[in-house]
Order: sequence, then C-alpha cells, then structure tokens
Amino acid sequence: MTLHTFKRHVRESIKSLGRNGWMTFASASAVTVTLLLVGVFFAVMFNINHFAQKVENDVEIRVHIELTADSRQKDALRRRIEAIPNVKEVRYSSKDEELKRLIKSMGDEGSSFRLFEQDNPLSDVYVVKAAHPQDTVKIAKQIETLPFVHKVNYGQGTVEKLFDALKVARNVGLVLILGLLFTAMFLISNTIKITIFARRREIEIMRLVGATNGFIRWPFFLEGLWLGLLGALFPIAALSIVYYNVYEVYEQRVSLPFFELLPFSPFMWQLSGLLLAIGAGIGIWGSVMSVRKFLKV
Amino acid sequence: MIEMQDVYKTYPNGVVALNGINVRIKQGEFVYVVGPSGAGKSTFIKMMYREEKPTSGNIMVNGVNLAKLKDSKVPLLRRHIGVVFQDFKLLPKLNVYENVAFALEVIEESPKVIRKKVMEVLDLVGLKHKIRSYPNELSGGEQQRVSIARSIVNSPKIVIADEPTGNLDPETSWGIVELFEKINDRGTTIVMATHNKEIVNATRRRVIAIENGKIVRDEAKGEYGYDASYV
Ligand SMILES: Nc1ncnc2c1ncn2[C@@H]1O[C@H](COP(=O)(O)OP(=O)(O)OP(=O)(O)O)[C@@H](O)[C@H]1O
Ligand SMILES: [Mg+2]
Repeated sequence: MTLHTFKRHVRESIKSLGRNGWMTFASASAVTVTLLLVGVFFAVMFNINHFAQKVENDVEIRVHIELTADSRQKDALRRRIEAIPNVKEVRYSSKDEELKRLIKSMGDEGSSFRLFEQDNPLSDVYVVKAAHPQDTVKIAKQIETLPFVHKVNYGQGTVEKLFDALKVARNVGLVLILGLLFTAMFLISNTIKITIFARRREIEIMRLVGATNGFIRWPFFLEGLWLGLLGALFPIAALSIVYYNVYEVYEQRVSLPFFELLPFSPFMWQLSGLLLAIGAGIGIWGSVMSVRKFLKV
Repeated sequence: MIEMQDVYKTYPNGVVALNGINVRIKQGEFVYVVGPSGAGKSTFIKMMYREEKPTSGNIMVNGVNLAKLKDSKVPLLRRHIGVVFQDFKLLPKLNVYENVAFALEVIEESPKVIRKKVMEVLDLVGLKHKIRSYPNELSGGEQQRVSIARSIVNSPKIVIADEPTGNLDPETSWGIVELFEKINDRGTTIVMATHNKEIVNATRRRVIAIENGKIVRDEAKGEYGYDASYV
C-alpha cells in the first residue's frame, strides 16, 4: 500500500464518521456504556484481587516444634517439611524471637509479657509458606502428621472461608465482564451493520471499479478503530475522576489497616490502557465482522 | 476482444438465463444487445465483467478466461472494463470530481495523475464546469455523464452499459449515445443493452438480439426489430 492510499483510508474513515453522524454517535455510545460498566467492574475486581493477593501472601503456617526435640531432630523435621510438594519457604524462628514478636504485637500491654523472658513458655517455630496460597490447608494437614510437631497454626477456618469468598468474587466478576463484553460486541456489530447496510452501495461501486477486498476493508477497519477509541474516552475520563476522589477520601478519612486501595498511578493508567485496547478491539471486531458478508464475490 | 463459447447460466433458483451463447466481439466494435424483458440481456452483460459466473462454457475477455478466473483476480479484470448502469451508481455524498476520482483512488493512482485524468474525462463528457456539484444537484443526463466519465477514466479497452438511457428522456438519451460513439471512435469497444428502438434504428450498429437466453439474431447494421420501445 502506498502512503497516499493509507492517507486516503485515514481521511475516508474520519470523513465517514462525520457523514454517518448519528450512527457514529450510536456506535460510540454503545462502546461508552459498555466500557463504563466494564471499567467499574475492573476497578473493583483489581482492588479485590490486590487485597486477596495481600491476604494470601500473609497466610503462613506456624509449625510449633515439640520442646523435647533436639537440634538433629529439628533439622530432620525441616527437611521433611521442605520435601512436601509446593512448599516455597521454611523459616526458623526460635522461641525467643517468637516472644519478642508477641511482645511487639501486643503494643503497650506487651510489656507484661517481659516476665516470661527469664523462663520462656513458647516453642520454637518453623514458619512455612506455600508456593500457592490455596495449598496452605493441604500442606498444613500433612505437616500435622510429622514427628516432633506439637501444633500447627494457620488461622484454621478463617483462611478456608476467605479463600472460598475470594474465589466466588473473582468468578462472578469474570462472568459479569465477559457477559458485558459480549453484549457490547453484539450492540456494536449491529450498529455498524446498519451503517454498512446504508453503505452497501458504496461497497458495490468500489467493487465495480476494481477495488480489492483489502482496499475496501481498510476504511471500515479504521472506522471501527476510531469508534472504539472515541467510545473509550468518556469512560476513561469519568473513571479517572471518580477513582481519584474515592482514593483521596479513602486514604485520608477511612483507611482501614488491612485494606488498601491501589494507588491512582499507575493503576488508572493501566486501566485506561486496558479500556482503550478493549474499545479498539470491539470496534474493529464489530466493523470487520459486519463488512465481511459484503465482500463475497 | 470478447468471446463466448457455449455459455450456459442457470441461477440458483433454477431459472435458465443463458442457454448456449456463442459470440465474438472484436476490439473497437459498437454492439447493441436487444430483446424482450427477461430474455437474458443483463445476465449476458454480467458475464463480461464477472458479476456472474457461467454455469458452463468459456468467456474470453482481453485474453483471460473468466470462467476460470479466481475471485481474487476479479478486481484486476474490472480495472480494464468500464461499466455503466441505468441508475448511474454515483455516490451521493461525493461531488462530481470525487465520484470520478474514486475509480482511480481505488487502484492507487498518484494524486497528480488522478487530477490530470479526471479533468481530461470531465472535459470529454462536457462537465468541467460542474466538478464541485453533488449528484442531487445534477440532471439525470448529467449524472449519467459523470458515471460514463468514471467508467472511462482508467482508459479501459471495453465499456459495458446496461440500459444507460433507461431513465432518460429521448433528447438526453441522444446525448448519451453520442458520447458513447465519441468513446467508440477512440477505439474502445462498446457493448450496450437497450430498449431504445429509435436510437438503435437510427445509428445502425451491430445488433445482437437475445430471446430466452439464446442469440436469435446477429446483424452487422441491424435494426431494433421489436414493435414497442418497451417490450
Ligand atoms: N440474480 C438472479 N437470480 C435468479 N434469477 C435471476 C437473477 N437475475 C436474473 N434472473 C432471471 O434470469 C432471467 C434473465 O434476466 P435478465 O436480467 O438477464 O433479463 P433482461 O434481458 O436483462 O431483462 P430486462 O430487459 O427486463 O432488463 C429472468 O427470468 C430473471 O428473472
Ligand atoms: Mg436487464
């Protein structure tokens, strides 16, 4: 393709947006509505996911070692834990370190535990992390059966419930987003189909004067691209403003310690990029699909 | 040159539109195709620019067998054949200049060449003064001139017209036919399906009459041969 031709395609596709006035508006609006919904869902989903990952990464198994175990037996236990599949990391924490941690975590009241520094009642601990947080429960169950294990602690019950809830939330979100995208594609391909139906004469004439299918397709392809990008502008602006304000208010007024929002930058840039890409994708898909049946010889 | 050998065409609905056509049209000829409505004239013409494929038989156009031509090569064929229709087939949102230039943009001519050629043909059809007008601002005859200008702007060897005067009053029709004769004088083959008795009888060109998908008459300086102008 020559540069002149490419310029022509770009020019034609932009002119055509203007010529098809309200159709352009309708198609871009379809993209806008969809991306607005998809964008909100993505913003919620990514934050939930971020929260979930944080929680998941904080989940660890604390293996309390029998007080009677000597250092050789402790080593043997460590090796056996490490041999369990999907164990990512095993860290040793002596009972003195455990006490310090306890005192620290108690804050002001912690000082009363200082009394125990002379005669520490705690056990030494192996802190175990799973390669995939979901395996935590399984690994913990296996460790329980090993010799010289006094007790295994991983937030029994709570962890299982949390993982189940996160799984449901993710799946529901995914289904909703897929559903939305399909609705949008359907809407757009229909709108563009109407535009093209009105333009079948133009396609017919192009073919009469010897245009190749590729040549005919280009302006439609570009037009779909513009429609998608145009439709993405408003959702990106709206979401950015809303997210910026929500983030500011949350950080300054609410701010719960266990839940943090993804910071505006880079998250909003990534989300904007994603929305632009999705907009372009459905725009192009819609127009290419609808022009296809007019190109049969 | 156009040559058809034993061409049959049956449409998917079972209608036999062409029933064994053998014909030879030499370069530079001016040919009228006549016959009653539904006889197969349009189908005969559509074969020449591969709008329809023959069910059997061979069609040679400029040395290429259209019966065997791949779909992807059809655009190349069309660049060497001009086509004109009763309904002009102009793009309403493009002006006269743009409508003609369209045929050259499609084949990726450079803007300089496009300008030169478009102005040349618009001069030939006598519409140089209306290049900025839109189709709805033109008379039927003027619109058909634009359409003819578009069909010849590529300098094709063949121009095919299906009832180009069908929508025009007699006087305007004469103007269009004179234009086709002018184009024919430059060596371009003209094949024109028509119901216009007066023009066929007055100009005395080769006449091919088709009835029920067969050529029933082929005369060098023929007459229209049917009673009413619209059969
Ligand atoms: N696309 C098609 N599908 C099915 N049948 C068709 C198609 N085009 C034409 N026909 C049929 O083929 C026959 C020949 O049609 P054609 O259009 O070639 O006639 P014609 O001589 O051009 O008529 P007219 O003078 O009215 O234009 C007719 O019976 C018509 O109904
Ligand atoms: Mg016809």
